[in-house]
Amino acid sequence: MNIPSELYYSKDHEWIKVTGDEATIGITDYAQGELGDIVFLDLPEIGTVVTGGNPFGTIEAVKAAADIYAPVSGEVVAVNGLLEDSPEIINQDPYGSGWIIKVKMMDPEEAGTLLKPDDYARLVEEAGEE
Amino acid sequence: MEGKKTGLYEQHLAMGAKMVPFAGFIMPVNYSGIIDEHLAVRKNVGVFDVSHMGEFEFRGADARKFLNWITTNNVAHLEPGGVQYSAMLYENGGVVDDLLIYSFDDHYMMVVNASNIEKDFKWIKDHLTGDVQLTDISYQTTLLAVQGPHAVDVLRKITNTPLDEISYYHFRAGKVAEIDALISRTGYTGEDGFELYFKREFSLHTWEALFEAGEEFGIKPAGLGARDSLRLEVCYNLYGNDMDQTTNPIEAGLGWIVKTKKAGGFIGKEQVLKARQITTRKLVGFILKQKGIARHGADVFVGGAKVGHVTSGGFSPILNMAIGLAYMDKPYHEIGTAIEIDSRGRRLQAQIVQTPFYKRG
Repeated sequence: MNIPSELYYSKDHEWIKVTGDEATIGITDYAQGELGDIVFLDLPEIGTVVTGGNPFGTIEAVKAAADIYAPVSGEVVAVNGLLEDSPEIINQDPYGSGWIIKVKMMDPEEAGTLLKPDDYARLVEEAGEE
Repeated sequence: MEGKKTGLYEQHLAMGAKMVPFAGFIMPVNYSGIIDEHLAVRKNVGVFDVSHMGEFEFRGADARKFLNWITTNNVAHLEPGGVQYSAMLYENGGVVDDLLIYSFDDHYMMVVNASNIEKDFKWIKDHLTGDVQLTDISYQTTLLAVQGPHAVDVLRKITNTPLDEISYYHFRAGKVAEIDALISRTGYTGEDGFELYFKREFSLHTWEALFEAGEEFGIKPAGLGARDSLRLEVCYNLYGNDMDQTTNPIEAGLGWIVKTKKAGGFIGKEQVLKARQITTRKLVGFILKQKGIARHGADVFVGGAKVGHVTSGGFSPILNMAIGLAYMDKPYHEIGTAIEIDSRGRRLQAQIVQTPFYKRG
């Protein structure tokens, strides 16, 4: 299970990478593994305001659909255009080229309320024991 | 996770399978990924552990007569060594289950859906008449489906049974990797392939022999996910999705296994005859005209009115688009009809098309 140490995590299995007041958001390696082959994403347009803890899009995998939750609140400033034709890159590289959106955070401090890598690793471990 | 285990449970875990509860069992849903496994079966060969399926034996002087009464197809046409696709109906014409019947020299075997084993057994037991001994042999029977264009090449390496002499929907008793097995040229994928029935104690032995023989052909383990996407591309009905106690076999497209003129009749015949006269809906195939996936249970609309519902929906790795099956009220069942399907609040544009979606070349 790949859980990079420089990222923050949500309990809904998203990750964020903070650069100044901008946050890049994606889903974790665990999440892509649970979903399996991803075939389509329904994503917001640039300028949309997303709210921390609320869904901002949908991932359709072969076996199931899942909401994607915004770990933090902010305005969407970029959407990964690669996902339109190659959604499977999330399966291949969830923390890199498989990023989903970038948001300008309303409150950069909000990231501090998210899970640290150790906490997220524990959460995943517990999920595996259910 | 609570549930029954097949004789290969530990092996699935060792091969990295993702396990899910299904029909009271803990089964592999995928190993390398549903699409990868799907394509392996279409192009090379895949192996499915489908030991969760149920098997019942029927012995006794009246076994044939009884089976002909409780199933819709004509068992009188089934010779030893033959396999027949059939169904059991309720008196009201609803489907108890779809099934296979294997004919032996001195007895029969019925293969039923895992989710229906207890229900079917009770249904049969409650209707038993004459000299018939019914035995549930599900637990001690392992069933592996070896499917794909190279299935025959793999199996040939570990059996002396002349596979070329086993035609589609026929079987032989023979040796596979030195153990006794039924070698049946059947499957649920739309590809050439075999289903092997043998004793549970030989599960791992036979599984390993298949993978050793299949290495040169790129053999892969395949799970329930690929089993579902493969059968959907070729439009094989799935009990619980595309038919159940509320659907009759005519609207489900299974009229061809319902022999209303056979001698002696069968349970549910009167209602089937009525359904042949009047059906108000039909199971049809659709493709999405935009990105998205329409899933089981989604409502179907034409011009704002709800005129159907999706029974099976998913992604076709071969067509690289979303496909599905839906019950459509007449006259909205016609090929070419433009429809809209609800997907989590979005309306997806779709069209009714000719089925199956895929035919092996």
